[in-house]
Amino acid sequence: MARRTINVDYLARVEGEGGVKLVIEGNTLRSVELRIFEPPRFFEAFLRGRSYLEAPDITARICGICPVAYQMSSVHAMEDALGIEITPPIRELRRLLYCGEWIESHALHMFMLHAPDFLGYDGAVEMAKDHPDVVRQALELKKTGNDILNLLGGREIHPVNVRVGGFYRAPACREFSALREALQRGRDASLAAVKLVSGFEFPDCERDYEFVCLGKAGEYPFNAGRVVSNKGLDIPQQQYDANFEEYHVKRSNALHSRHIGSGAYVTGPLARYSLNYDALSPLAKQAAQEAGLGTTCNNPFRSIVVRAVELLYAFDEAIRIIDAYQEPDRPYEEAPTRAGTGYSCTEAPRGMLYHRYRLDSDGTILDAKIVPPTSQNQPSIEEDLRVFAAGWLDQPDDRLRHLCEQAVRNYDPCISCATHFLTLDVERV
Amino acid sequence: MPNKPKLAVWKFASCDGCQLSLLDCEDELLTVAGAIDIAYFPEATRAVLKGPYDVSLVEGSVTTPHDAERLHAVRRQSKTLITIGACATAGGIQALRNFKDVREFTSIVYAHPEYISTLATSTPISAHVNVDFELRGCPINKHQLVEVLAAFLHHRKPDTPAHSVCMECKQRGTVCVLVRGAKSCLGPVTHAGCGAICPAYNRGCYGCFGPKETPNTVSLSARLREHGMNERDLQRVYRTFNTGAEPFHREGDRHGA
Repeated sequence: MARRTINVDYLARVEGEGGVKLVIEGNTLRSVELRIFEPPRFFEAFLRGRSYLEAPDITARICGICPVAYQMSSVHAMEDALGIEITPPIRELRRLLYCGEWIESHALHMFMLHAPDFLGYDGAVEMAKDHPDVVRQALELKKTGNDILNLLGGREIHPVNVRVGGFYRAPACREFSALREALQRGRDASLAAVKLVSGFEFPDCERDYEFVCLGKAGEYPFNAGRVVSNKGLDIPQQQYDANFEEYHVKRSNALHSRHIGSGAYVTGPLARYSLNYDALSPLAKQAAQEAGLGTTCNNPFRSIVVRAVELLYAFDEAIRIIDAYQEPDRPYEEAPTRAGTGYSCTEAPRGMLYHRYRLDSDGTILDAKIVPPTSQNQPSIEEDLRVFAAGWLDQPDDRLRHLCEQAVRNYDPCISCATHFLTLDVERV
Repeated sequence: MPNKPKLAVWKFASCDGCQLSLLDCEDELLTVAGAIDIAYFPEATRAVLKGPYDVSLVEGSVTTPHDAERLHAVRRQSKTLITIGACATAGGIQALRNFKDVREFTSIVYAHPEYISTLATSTPISAHVNVDFELRGCPINKHQLVEVLAAFLHHRKPDTPAHSVCMECKQRGTVCVLVRGAKSCLGPVTHAGCGAICPAYNRGCYGCFGPKETPNTVSLSARLREHGMNERDLQRVYRTFNTGAEPFHREGDRHGA
């Protein structure tokens, strides 16, 4: 039987190093592998023996695209271990910081990494020649997200201001005034972005996923809530380990995750949107309806539209927060160290990020566990490829290769996080 | 019009943050893209132009046998090779493995350590090939990145001062955090470039730009001990993102539990 081999040696426009291998025999797709060869960096190992106060700075270095997510999950887990209750203004500032990261990361992924697939370009710089206004607008949106990170975090990549219990320094009200105008412009621009991306052509690819994310917190989830799914899961964050397990497969330097008893699941924008639609702002809901999204979305190729809605929401939410902001009495809360274990899930732009730490009585980290969103999404990415690629086998190799790349990029995978690399080998047997 | 210089961006073990800094140059990106050909930058584009390249930016440290070989191929294709960030310049946070048995590390993280191909150490790019310029920072400062690219394109020396973070605090008008009572600040021994952010946010510098030229770490450690830091904490402050930089490595070794 005819055997075809197609190779994409280095998947572009994703964060990190990975590849995909398809084996096709005649008209049958024999196997699909998402390979991750990004070199491992062993964060969980060298966190042992460090102080609990160092965790937000060290774990931020797992990912330059979503350092805030690592900082948020680590500080919430430490606070859980030490019994620290954060104050309402600190909670609001943390949501604001997350808005900054979602805006920066979503604008980067939507326009610089994902949109070129739909508009037929190799990348955003090439796209800028024909669509200069789109790229300029995208850069402006991204910059506003970075402005939030700069002001509240001190810098955009690896912010310095996040501390267990709160922040090293809480900004004064007047510091936010310069930001407000840019946020309003950003909100208008993201409304236009929802319209733009909803006009792209999407392959008709829907699957019945199990969506997992934070929810039931009375707000669109950033850093609080229960771990919920559309298939009945509803647990406190502390029970994550009892419900999810990681396993090691040879083709990947990133551990895979599964929901014990049910298998692959999806975390990220599709899950958040489908399980927390009601908690979106009225403006975000209206834009979603006008974009033709229902209250749930099961087509991963439409994730770019969901990201645009979340982008709009993040602007709306950031404006709400700074308008209501009152400087806290103290920038952070403290408590004596004690032996114990702390757990936290927060919503990184690309999905739920779980941290668990066991601390010694003096606050030394004895043991750490970190489960990034891309580790959790790996099995679903492979299942998508298995199901969707089976319908694309009559396509020429180049087109097939590109479709597979797109199916991976739907997830905005952050391979640096997950191990931390992508190549597509299509082998036709 | 003569051909535009060709830029390539390479990744080794890293968090992607330093190459993201190039995309974070929102105001400058399209101008930069107008002055140079982005010939190889997989994080940003599928397009690949063949080498040789006029300028290569290299992010990340060398941690696998395969990467050690790949780096030599990168050097052969690059007229100018610039390392960006603490991983490429000093080995990064992952150089903490250099103090431990990496097999033990592998078994802490992975169920099947035999699937993992890794070297015992995380080493900077300069340990393997000749490097033309090293840009510091964890992450790098994007304004310094634009300065370094502009300098190399115009055949001049980059303006990236090697004095301490203390100088930047003075320029910024920040009152010294050690004077204000902070327990720790590595500002006196740390390379400038970040703009002295941490002290402006009420915390001591944690050394993410690595050692300044001629740092007096012994003197600083004595001072920090007076501020109540114990031996283990002193070792920890030098053993972070630039632990592989010789002055920080040596000073870290002087302390410990």
